[in-house]
Amino acid sequence: MRIGTFKLSYAADEALFDTRVQWVWLALLAASLVLFPFVAGPYWIYMACLVAINVASATGLNILTGYTGLVSLGQAAFMGVGAYTVAVLETRVGTPFFINLLVAGGMTAAVGVVFGIPSLRVKGLYLAIATIAASMILHFLFAHWDLTGGTRGLSMPPASLFGIALDQPHKLYWLVIPVTALMVLGAANLFRTRVGRAFIAIRDRDISAEVLGIPLLQTKLMSFALSSFYAGVAGGMWAYFFRVVTPESFPLINSIFYLAAIIVGGMGTILGGILGATFMTLVPEVLKLVVGWLTPWIPDALSLLAPIRTIVFGALIVGFLIFEPQGLAEIWQRIRRFFHLWPFKT
Amino acid sequence: MDWLYVTEVALAGLGAGALYALTGVAFVLIYKATRVVNLAIGEILMLGGYVFFGLVAGAGLSIWAAIPLTILAGAALGAVVERALIRPMLGESPISVFMVTIGLGSILAGVVELGWGADPLRLPEFIPNTPIFLGEAYLAPKVAYGALVAALLIAGAVIALRFSRGGVALRATARDQGAAYSMGIDVGRVFSLSWMAACATAAGAGVIVGAIGGISPTMGIFGLSVLVVVIVGGLDSVAGALVGGLLIGLVEALAGSFLGGEYKLLATFSLLILILMVRPYGIFGTHEIERL
Repeated sequence: MRIGTFKLSYAADEALFDTRVQWVWLALLAASLVLFPFVAGPYWIYMACLVAINVASATGLNILTGYTGLVSLGQAAFMGVGAYTVAVLETRVGTPFFINLLVAGGMTAAVGVVFGIPSLRVKGLYLAIATIAASMILHFLFAHWDLTGGTRGLSMPPASLFGIALDQPHKLYWLVIPVTALMVLGAANLFRTRVGRAFIAIRDRDISAEVLGIPLLQTKLMSFALSSFYAGVAGGMWAYFFRVVTPESFPLINSIFYLAAIIVGGMGTILGGILGATFMTLVPEVLKLVVGWLTPWIPDALSLLAPIRTIVFGALIVGFLIFEPQGLAEIWQRIRRFFHLWPFKT
Repeated sequence: MDWLYVTEVALAGLGAGALYALTGVAFVLIYKATRVVNLAIGEILMLGGYVFFGLVAGAGLSIWAAIPLTILAGAALGAVVERALIRPMLGESPISVFMVTIGLGSILAGVVELGWGADPLRLPEFIPNTPIFLGEAYLAPKVAYGALVAALLIAGAVIALRFSRGGVALRATARDQGAAYSMGIDVGRVFSLSWMAACATAAGAGVIVGAIGGISPTMGIFGLSVLVVVIVGGLDSVAGALVGGLLIGLVEALAGSFLGGEYKLLATFSLLILILMVRPYGIFGTHEIERL
């Protein structure tokens, strides 16, 4: 049970982690993340990198959709901008990877602001559809611009750190995990600042927020920029991870995937972005495993995998929205609450 | 410039546009009554095509028996979807309901792929294929008859909306739910009816679209063009769906034949962004005034 959490100052009340127990758990999590590549097999490290990249992108979308209330179906296309920026910089300029990732984030933020301009006049569903249009236009650019290599796309050399090529998942792990952790921590802290609070005010009622003196356009565009920055960095890590970027790498269905991830995880909570992206990335793998077990009984089970995956994907979105609209984060909170009061209330 | 060619392209575009308009009307019906943006409309249309295929090729029914059955199946699907997925979401934010329809689209696409495989299929020929000439311009007979049927169906829908009891109830519900309810209109039934009518229309449109271009599990992409149509026309306007449908059909056909097939989506979506910037609620849509 939870005791001794009385606060004597606002600073203590606003702290991200307020009890020693939380710090202990956090240290354990960090330690297990560090130890993970030494004990896990290559497949699990590969999955961990993929999950981390998706967590970074989903957290970005959560800033825009979960906290600012602007629905975007362009997250995958924005990741594409980041991935292409990294690929072009790596092949043509050859700058080190951390500069590339930052430039990718900045570039995507600029693109995001341009496509966020319609949010001046439209909102809600109309905005969602404007972002579909944005992703279609970006997709067209990827496929028809000389710089992006047309439909064949670009392939690129691995990132290198102090002369070591980060060409395997277990090496890239040390790039992806810290960057993602930093980004998630940054997002969590964002909502303790004035800007972050302004985002939440706009989500709850934008006209009221404007009356309170929050410049709507500027703040909405800032949210677009931040969210796109996250998408760009995630896209850049994606490019280093797969090392081939093609226009087909970032279809509209991926944007729906990220939106689904934050819905399943819980919109407007940092934990939700993490849980949702992890869950949605692992579900197809679990399905693959189950189908693998079924193969002795159903010989062509593998051919059923793709449609089953599509059905489960849709059913998860619908099921969570109807039965658990607050997502996995709420389930987690319920479990926590149970243990907070544990011996006295069961 | 060869004007005959331009005319032919434009005619083909208008023919395709008639189908967009028909599906757009289905979309608007749902939006008007229930304020739900149904992104699954493309997948419902696809399911219509597949059900028709299954009834004709699988069950061996005659084509004229299969068409009404397909439309009935569409209506049944609409009723089930409204009751099971949309009714529980009443009062939730529009975004959540919108995501539910995206999920529904994904489920339907998966079911179709599970049942019929991922390969494209051809529907049996049932549209007469004697060439049609309007003046000198040639028009593919399938497109022409498809457009004709679509026009008749749209006319039927407009007349029903204007004069029938259900149509009046639907318009009353669209105007003011509370007032409609207090005048004795069963709003829940109107919701259900609008979904049934819309899904039946979409399933019928699916048969025509499938007869023209074949059916495949990726046919749901048709829904994206329909989405552009209704946004351009205005989400709650039947007239908007008509004008938008023809306009988008025309733009797609012209862009497709003079710039190249890959420019189709670029042209329509650029038009969409332009319209959104100038008239955010579409050409004929109602401008909703927000109050605190």
